[in-house]
Amino acid sequence: MNSKILSIISALFLVSGIGAQTETDGLMMAKNNLCGGIVLGSNNWNHYWEGTYYRNNQNIGTLQTKVAMGMLNYGVSDKFNIIASLPYVQTNATAGTLRGQKGLQDISLTAKYEFYGKSYKWAYVSFLAFGSVSTPTTNYVADYLPLSIGMHIKTASGRLMIDLQKKNWFFTASTQYTTRGNVTIDRTAYFTTEQIYSNQVSMPSVLNSNVRMGYRKGADLIFELVYDRMNTLGGFDIRKNDMPFLSNNMEASRIGLNFKLPINILGNSGLSWLGNATTTFAGRNMGQSHIVMTGFVYQGDFTKKSK
Amino acid sequence: MKIQRILYIALSVAVLSNSCRQDIVSDNLKYPALQPTNLDTNAGSWRPILLSKPDEFGIANPIATTSADYKLELLEIKSRQNNRTDEEEIAIKYWSAGVILRWNEIMRELVAKYNLPPYQNPDGTYPIPSASNPLAYPFFPFANPPYAARAYAYLSAAQYDAMVAAYFYKSKFKRPRPAITDPSIKQLVPVTADFVYPCEEAVAAGASAAILTLMFPGEQEFIQQKLTECENVRILIGANTRSDIDAGEALGKSVASKFIGRARTDGAGKAVGTPAYWQSLIDKTVAKGETPWLSRETPARPPMLPLFGKTMSFLMDTTEVINSRPGPPPSTNSDQFKKELEEVLWFSQHPDRDRMKVVHFWSDGAGTYTPPGHWNAIACEDFVNQHWSEARWARNLALLNMSMFTAAVCCWDAKYYYFNPRPSQMDPDCKTLTGLPNFPAYTSGHSTFSGAAAKLLSHVVPSEASKYMSMADEASKSRLWGALHYRSDIEVGMTMGLAIGQKAVDRAKTDGAE
Repeated sequence: MNSKILSIISALFLVSGIGAQTETDGLMMAKNNLCGGIVLGSNNWNHYWEGTYYRNNQNIGTLQTKVAMGMLNYGVSDKFNIIASLPYVQTNATAGTLRGQKGLQDISLTAKYEFYGKSYKWAYVSFLAFGSVSTPTTNYVADYLPLSIGMHIKTASGRLMIDLQKKNWFFTASTQYTTRGNVTIDRTAYFTTEQIYSNQVSMPSVLNSNVRMGYRKGADLIFELVYDRMNTLGGFDIRKNDMPFLSNNMEASRIGLNFKLPINILGNSGLSWLGNATTTFAGRNMGQSHIVMTGFVYQGDFTKKSK
Repeated sequence: MKIQRILYIALSVAVLSNSCRQDIVSDNLKYPALQPTNLDTNAGSWRPILLSKPDEFGIANPIATTSADYKLELLEIKSRQNNRTDEEEIAIKYWSAGVILRWNEIMRELVAKYNLPPYQNPDGTYPIPSASNPLAYPFFPFANPPYAARAYAYLSAAQYDAMVAAYFYKSKFKRPRPAITDPSIKQLVPVTADFVYPCEEAVAAGASAAILTLMFPGEQEFIQQKLTECENVRILIGANTRSDIDAGEALGKSVASKFIGRARTDGAGKAVGTPAYWQSLIDKTVAKGETPWLSRETPARPPMLPLFGKTMSFLMDTTEVINSRPGPPPSTNSDQFKKELEEVLWFSQHPDRDRMKVVHFWSDGAGTYTPPGHWNAIACEDFVNQHWSEARWARNLALLNMSMFTAAVCCWDAKYYYFNPRPSQMDPDCKTLTGLPNFPAYTSGHSTFSGAAAKLLSHVVPSEASKYMSMADEASKSRLWGALHYRSDIEVGMTMGLAIGQKAVDRAKTDGAE
């Protein structure tokens, strides 16, 4: 009994949480650069919001989600990057009888374009646009919250961003709108606020706002503070002592810290170490996630090598 | 500009995927208007369930169709037809599919709405819903499977007796349709009924509303609104006048009162038991040398309706229930038990996607219309294609739901007589693939309900018999695959269910409708 949804959102958040030329930051990768990485994360909660009621559940204990995610980022040009990611997710409840799930989740592709960038006296100002699509890669169970590994939906998103940099200090703000396809579930009837006879579930769209600021030097030395808020545009509340459902009205406000450090033991190796810690301080029909993750990324310039 | 082109593509992908989103129309709203191929004009002579005779409850003699008052009633039809609202058009489409169908769906919706286990008190005990205070938390009722099975049965049985009475009086009074008396009246939906006093839809609505109010006392406003809407549609479509409806609703309520009187004394109200009784179940099982069932919930929740097995159902009396009780499940100390537990563990540890689909399709747990509700949904979907009269709809749903009510009673009797543990109690590694119900394992409720339902449905829709049997088999196996039940639970439950379904079939053969 809970809200977790988190699988997909946590996977998205892994990307957005990590500081490095991703779909929520203002950093662009240079032309012909390719960056690949592996991130390992864990997302735990033992309290959740049932509607607005903050509670625990001794028949769930702690809901643990482990994620291993591969990502790739390619610089088509200095102003245009393509980012891909695919997580493997595993869930487990420490109490109760429900069996956890595991499997490959949804692949996500993002196009990132800096359409305005200019140096002013006071800062370098850039505006960026993002377009993302995601789709499930396996036939995992969606209608089994909070143990399912994701929501098994196709999504399409657009994000607009402003990024300001003065010397090594930066501020980034963005907002994203995500539209989500219907979910096909294994049942042919379900109750939301009324009884519906269908195996299709209509999913409310999602609005996300993200603000981050901190220190960055180049692309591989970053310390930043991130505020992130997501909320669905519609949906219904979990009834008292009911299970969560895919089309619940979900909200989460989170704050986190990111770092990215170059590993330069033998000169510039192209390898970086990154990490993140995020916590949820407000929500609705979702678990109060505490997320930690770490990973390594390698970035190389393929222009020279190919010549 | 290459980049711009790529951006345009990305944008069109986003727009396209947005347009792929389709609004969901519930399947039950797509049903066509009911047009019976056989009017069953003799349904007034079918054998009722509780009524001693079809005219046990009298109704007023209809006023003459030549009278001034009746002409006023005809005027009401015309005036309402001329001032139809969009909402009324939706209501016409909705109710025209059949009122027995729609009231069955309304009960399913209320069951799903109320099928939630109460949240614990701060001290770890659980509050018990109270019928006298249904709107205070925990809401009354907790519409769990036994409660629901009984509620569906009272609804359908009362509807059936109400239809027998309605058809009896329709044939007796022979009042013609408004459009026959006044050809200028438009019939917005094809109306084939021979005689219309009392309005059979209003009889069904009156009976249904009364039973629903008994079972869901906190929903009176909602139920009354549905009743009014259902009756208004009869006038809007030009099928009935006000006096047909008033007489119908009154007759329906009278018939329902007989069922309500029975429901108040059928023993279900005492099924919760007491803490002393709950303890005695444990003590008795220990005394037999067996492992007693324990709640797997934290805090431990009292067992669900342990005395429901003593409830008086329609198809078997309490003595018959005891006499037909199955033999014991394998002893928890036996090799057979160990073997069965190992089988459950294997399914638990190998949650293959195809099996999970079956487990979740049949889960019908908290927050749903329960397994009996699922079988009502399956039945109604097929019944729509049979083009039956309202009387035959009511009769077949009554047989279906009486069989599942009796299945609930027999199954609960076995569960609390043997009080055996669930697999996950005996081996915590037997994690379940859907919610674990809070009552003993033997026999499986899903299997008992499904056997009873499939047997009866195979009789009333013989062309679908093999489908019903394979669905029942799947429903039954889903409980083993989901690691909720041992093989003995599902096999013995299925045998019980089929035997109970046969009782309903036996009744069907002698009620005068075949």
